[in-house]
This record gives sequence, C-alpha cells and structure tokens, in this order.
Amino acid sequence: MAKRPVDRSGLLLDIRNLRIEATSYPPGEPPRNVVIVDNVSVKVERGKVLGLIGESGAGKSTIGLSSMCYGRGGVRITGGEVVLNGRDILRGGPKLLRQIRGREVCYVAQSAAAAFNPARKLMDQVTEAALLHRICSKAEAEKRAIGLFKKLGLPNPEKFGERYPHQVSGGQLQRAMTAMALCSEPDLIVFDEPTTALDVTTQIDVLASIKDAIHATNVAALYITHDLAVVAQVADDIMVLRHGKQVEYGDTHQIIKEPRQQYTNQLVSVHHIPHAENNPADAPILSVKNITAAYGGGLVKVLKNVSVDIHLGQTLAVVGESGSGKSTLARAITGLLPPMEGAINFSGRTLSPRLANRTRDDLRELQMIYQMADVAMNPRQTIGTIIGRPLEFYFGMRGRERDARVAELLHKIEMGKGFADRYPAELSGGQKQRVCIARALAAKPKLIICDEVTSALDPLVADGILKLLLDLQKEENVAYLFITHDLATVKSIADAIAVMYRGEVVRYGPKSEVLAPPFDAYTDLLLSSVPEMELGWLEGAMKNRRMASAGN
Amino acid sequence: MSAPVLKLVAQRIAMGILLLLAVSVLIFAGTQILPGDVAQSILGQSATPQALENLRRDMGLNDPAYVRYLHWLGGILTGDLGTALSSGQDIATSLKERLWNTLFLAFWAAMVSIPLAIILGLLAVRYRNGFVDKLISGLGLASTSLPEFFTGYLLIYFVAVRLQWFPSVSTVYEGMPFGERLSAIALPVTVLTLVVLAHMMRMTRAAILNVMQSAYIETAELKGLSPLQIITRHAFPNAIAPIVNVVMLNLAFLVVGVVVVEVIFVYPGMGQYLVDHVAKRDVPVVQACGLIFAAVYISLNIIADIVAIVSNPRLRHPK
Repeated sequence: MAKRPVDRSGLLLDIRNLRIEATSYPPGEPPRNVVIVDNVSVKVERGKVLGLIGESGAGKSTIGLSSMCYGRGGVRITGGEVVLNGRDILRGGPKLLRQIRGREVCYVAQSAAAAFNPARKLMDQVTEAALLHRICSKAEAEKRAIGLFKKLGLPNPEKFGERYPHQVSGGQLQRAMTAMALCSEPDLIVFDEPTTALDVTTQIDVLASIKDAIHATNVAALYITHDLAVVAQVADDIMVLRHGKQVEYGDTHQIIKEPRQQYTNQLVSVHHIPHAENNPADAPILSVKNITAAYGGGLVKVLKNVSVDIHLGQTLAVVGESGSGKSTLARAITGLLPPMEGAINFSGRTLSPRLANRTRDDLRELQMIYQMADVAMNPRQTIGTIIGRPLEFYFGMRGRERDARVAELLHKIEMGKGFADRYPAELSGGQKQRVCIARALAAKPKLIICDEVTSALDPLVADGILKLLLDLQKEENVAYLFITHDLATVKSIADAIAVMYRGEVVRYGPKSEVLAPPFDAYTDLLLSSVPEMELGWLEGAMKNRRMASAGN
Repeated sequence: MSAPVLKLVAQRIAMGILLLLAVSVLIFAGTQILPGDVAQSILGQSATPQALENLRRDMGLNDPAYVRYLHWLGGILTGDLGTALSSGQDIATSLKERLWNTLFLAFWAAMVSIPLAIILGLLAVRYRNGFVDKLISGLGLASTSLPEFFTGYLLIYFVAVRLQWFPSVSTVYEGMPFGERLSAIALPVTVLTLVVLAHMMRMTRAAILNVMQSAYIETAELKGLSPLQIITRHAFPNAIAPIVNVVMLNLAFLVVGVVVVEVIFVYPGMGQYLVDHVAKRDVPVVQACGLIFAAVYISLNIIADIVAIVSNPRLRHPK
C-alpha cells in the first residue's frame, strides 16, 4: 500500500493563483489564446465541503478537475500551484498523477449514464480504482462497495453490483458513481454537477444520500453546481465564480444571507419574476378532451384520458417528472403522435389527429419551441434565413419586405439587426433560444408550445428568456403551453397548471388553486423537492415527505 | 443466454440459410445463361445428333430448368456435388482435399494476421498521431497497396531464391509432416497477411479511437489507469463489434480471394481448382466451388453478426 504524505495542518488542497488557458479556433480567424481561469486560489481543509458556483463558462469544472491535474479538451494549466497533501502535483509528472487519481482524489461526473462503461458490470467499475491502487483485496473492496450501496439507498445492495449500467435508472447510476468515488476512500471528491441532470424529486434523494455519505466518511469535497440553492444544502464554504475569476468567497451562511457582491445577489434572487395570474377568458383557444395516446401500436399507454384547456394570451404550465407524459402531450397536440381516443379543438375547429391532414393555417397558428435550441436550427443557414423561412412559407413574403419583418422580429427578441447575417454557431445559448422564439413568432401563432425551453440554460439567462416570453405574450396576445419540470419557472410565469404523473393529470386548475394546500401526495412531493435557498432545507424536506420519488 | 438474444441469433441464422438458397438459384441460373451445351462439350464437335440427344436424355438436360435445379440442390444437400465433366471424377471427393488445404492456409494466415492487426491497432491508438502510429499506418497501407502477385514474386525472389529459407513452390500432399507443411505455406501466409493486415489494423484503430471519445474513458483516466489499461479494459470491449465485422470480411477474403496467391505458389487449394476448371469450361465444378465460396462468405458474416449481438450488454442483459 502506497503511503501518502500527511500535512499536519489539516489543509488538504491548496490551489494558489491558478491560471488555465486554452486555444480557441474561431472560424475564419487565426487561433487565439483564451484564459479560462484567472488567478483563482482555493483552500479545502480535511472533511470540509467547498461549493464552486457560477454559470457555464465560469471555469468551475476546470478548477475542479485541476485538483487532479486534468485538463479536459486541450485545456492547459499555465500558472499557479495545486498543492495536494503537501506537494505540488502540477510538477509531479504522469506517474504521480496516476497515483493521485482514484486514490487521493476521485471524481463524480454530471452524467453518470455516460460516465459508466456500458460493457462492464457496475461492481467491476466501482471497485476498479481501489483494486488498481492496491488499497484492499477484491473481496474487501466488494464488501465495501455493498456497504456503500446500502448507505446510498440503492435497492437490493447485495445484487446491485451484478447489473450493467443500462439496467438501472439515472438517479441510481448517479449514486453508484458516488459509491465508486467513495470506494477507494479518497481524501477529496470532486462532485461536478452531480444532480443537475436528474428530475427534481430524484435530485433531492441523491443530494441527501451524497450529503449523508460525505458526513459518514468524513471525506472532503469540491461541489460544483450552477444552482445556489443546491450547494447551500451541502457546502461549508462557497466560492462564486464568473468568467474564470473569483467574485466572492465566504462561508455558506454569509453568501446566502449577506451576499456582498451584486452578481452573487443576482444569483440568490434568481427566479423571482412578478407575474399576476390572469383569469380564464370566455372560450379556450385550445381544448384537449379525454386524450389517450400510446407508443408501439397501442402497447405502451403514455397518456391516459388527459383533458386541459388553454385560453388566449395565457399560459398553461404542464409539470411532472421525466416519463410523466408531458412531451407526449405536446406530440399529440401537434399531430406528431395521433391520439387513439379523444379530440383536440383549436380556435373553434376540431384539429385532425394526423399532422399530414392539417391545413397550413392549423400549422401556422400552432408553433413550437424546443429545449435544445442549437439542434433545432440548421447550422448552415444564417439567422435571417432561419427567421425568414416561416415568413416566406406562410405569408409569401420576399425580398425587402421579408428583411424588414426579420429586423422587426430581431428587435422584439432584444437582438440587433446585425444578427441577421450571423450563423447559429456564433451565438450564445440564450441568443439561440431567442432566435427560436422569433422564428415561432414569425408565423403569427395563437399558441406556442414551449418544451423545456429554459432547462438547458443558465439561471440568469433562463430568467431573461422567461421575461421575454411574458413581454411577448402581452404584446402579441399569444397563448403558451409551457412544459417543464422546474416548479420555480412555473411559479414565475403560469396562469394555470396541470400536474402530470404517469400519463395522467393529477391536479389541474388556476395557479393560485393548484399551489394552495391541501395538496395531493404527488404535488406535495414535487413542491417540497424544489431546493430552497435556505440552510437546513434538505433535512426538513426529507423528513416531511409523504411518498418516495418515482426514480426508485 | 437470454431469450431475446437467442431469438436474434436464430433470426440471423435463418436469414443466412435463405440467403444461401437465393445464391444457389443465382449460381444455377448464371451457369444456364452461359452459351454452350454440356452434352456438346463432353462429346466434342464430331458427335452425331443422335448421340447428343441420348446423352442429354441420360443427364436429364431436357427437363425444365427448375427440375434440374431441384435435382442439383437435392444432390448438394445429400453431399453429392456431381461429377466433373473434364475428368469424370466425383467433385465432392476432389473438392474435400482442396477445401481442406485452402482452410489450412487461411487458418494460419488468420492466426498470424488477426492478433497482429489488433495489437498494432491498439499500439497505434496508444501512440496516436505520434511516430509509432504513423509508422504502423504507413507500412500497413503500403503493404495493402502492393498487389499480392508483386509481393508474392518479391518474396519468392528474395526469401526463396536468394536466402533459400523457404520453398518457392508450396506443394503439399497427404501424409506430409506438420512441420514441413508449415514451412511450405510460410510464404503464401506472409503474402496473405500483408494483404489483409492494414484493413483490420486501421479498422481496429478507428473503432477504438471512436470509443476513446466517450465520457467513460475520462472516468477511467481519472481513476488513475495507465493509457494501455484504459484501451484494453475500457475501450476494446466496446469496440469488439466493428472489429469482428472487419475481421470476418478479411477471413472471407482469405478463403474466397486466395486464387491469385494459390496460383503464384502452385498451392493445391480451392482457388487453383476453380481456375483450372473455369479454363476447361467444367460447369458442375464451377457451380460447386461458387456455392462453397458463398457458404463460407455468408457463414462468416453470420458469425460477425452473432458476435456483435452477444457482445452488446443491452441485448445480453435486458432490463
């Protein structure tokens, strides 16, 4: 067994003046150097948890991985020191790095589903690092792994390791990855957005089991996330990062309750958009009546007897976990998946179940915006062409008339005229989603289906998009069917809410009624699972639960 | 093995049998379209019309084509491939020895080339874009680009004539000692290896490099595994299906495509047998050889499919 040096002071990781650079290759320009992390210093004591928080591009993952001296995708550590257990690992060479990785520092990735090798059993992968570093015997490692499976609340812990990654759920894999990191009993674990890809009800389970495991094993951790409410539940200290620089560094209570920087304050107060609920007008613009839909020729029923109404100029939010049938409802309404039973009335007429039988006006008045803005646009078309396409298709606009309307739409989404000649790849995530909104608006629709349109965006950018959608709704009097798993979003923008669970609408009505007690068990679970910016929220929420999440 | 895998495997095998039947129809039809008459070619130009007619009747040549096809097929299924027109010998008997010789040559070529190709492919990935990778790829591509008759004669000149290490003519006969047999086929095996090596090596390299992009390779790196451990433990198991596919294609080439090499080294295998009888317009022999080549090709591809199915954990261990 390799003896590792021990620093008596209790300081485990000491990153000093870290500087990380990469070379970017912008199209049509000479390569240039980009500074990703600039002069950041981080200290972690044994058994303590430091939260790294910031939006994408803030350099938090890059800093986290620097504790293992790992640069993802050609990133170079060009300055500073990373002192782990009393020695600078940047000057250690590949052999020392291999000794550290998986032995002193372990890593938990955002997408455990991708981070596990599909061809090998979970047990082999969980115990691999412990066996590689000769920390213990195979039998001992497996015993340890089973103990960890039990501690992390995995089902049937004795047999869990015999399964392959595709045989268990996403939440279980994320916990298995935590078990993998803990199995070699490292000094430090880097958690890189470990709950971001999970459903809200699964997130709270995984978060609670990670927190318990950290406390039980007394391991130190770097916890990376963009969600301040999540990190507030697990971290002792928090560092706020932006554009690779430190914004604020303090203990959790100070950051949450008394933020000193304006940017931190923005992050703390995210998701507070004032929106007064509208009362339903006379006749609904879209009325879905008793829809049942299935995949596989009627074998797998994913929608059961669903009925909802949407009124002109208002927003219906459809919430639920993945697999609850939210997106399938959108597919049924758009005609992509013709329902087996039920009818869809839109703007005073009954829509044909099949997309192919719908008129051009049916198509025009019902538009859609997707979660992944970048794959919803043709990368080889300019923004002008993308927004201009519905103008040509539905209104026959050409030439100067079309360009004028494109400019008008760009103005509406708060982007300048200059963007018309740019390509999607040159835009940020938020700008791309704005272009998709403009494209939907170009058709002058009466209803826009928004399928998780803010889930892939950073909180502050997502807030901007939500505000834009609300403003546009007032101007254009368009209705939204807003599909989301994020209840904070729902609270901000909805007029009515439909809660879906396993293909059925379990709760439906105006926002004020749906969000007022008494709750049914599922709505209660959903609501109580949304992380709140409160210290100790996690413990309270776990204690008061009435049902287990669907992830198990 | 679980039920879905068995079902998929059974489907593949059934498809293979159907395909083989279709090929047999094609081979039969193709030889029917060819000009010339079997009776005429047996009896020669001077035969009387009466003798021709008698022979045709005896051989069943006056029956409709489908009857003759079924007759032929029935014979094949019972192990009777007919008699060669040129020599009057039973085709099955003379083919057996030839086929065995060809399989012997192919087997040793495969034993050398497959492990070599995979090891070289792994090394190319380990030192990717470096000197070793470029050297392996360059030499591999060069050896594939040279036609086998060129490398064959080159080897005969240097290794057999100048150095006299191995014989230039690969004569083998029944009862030949194993060691001598190996020594006799050393040169054709080398030529075949050089021909198929690069394809398999490049494919192994590409398949593993593709897998190396995956997130779980990063996980392995962050566990502290060495580059070679990462490739063999985590990348290779996920690259098996494409590698086996290209290996099987090359194995099929080793059996089916050795004609030139067998002729160069005067090796008594299937290829030579086929070439000889094509020259003599011996249709039954050509039909039999064609069918055997097709059977080898199809069964090797079925094996590749089955390996791909079995190596996929999602199919092997359903939810």
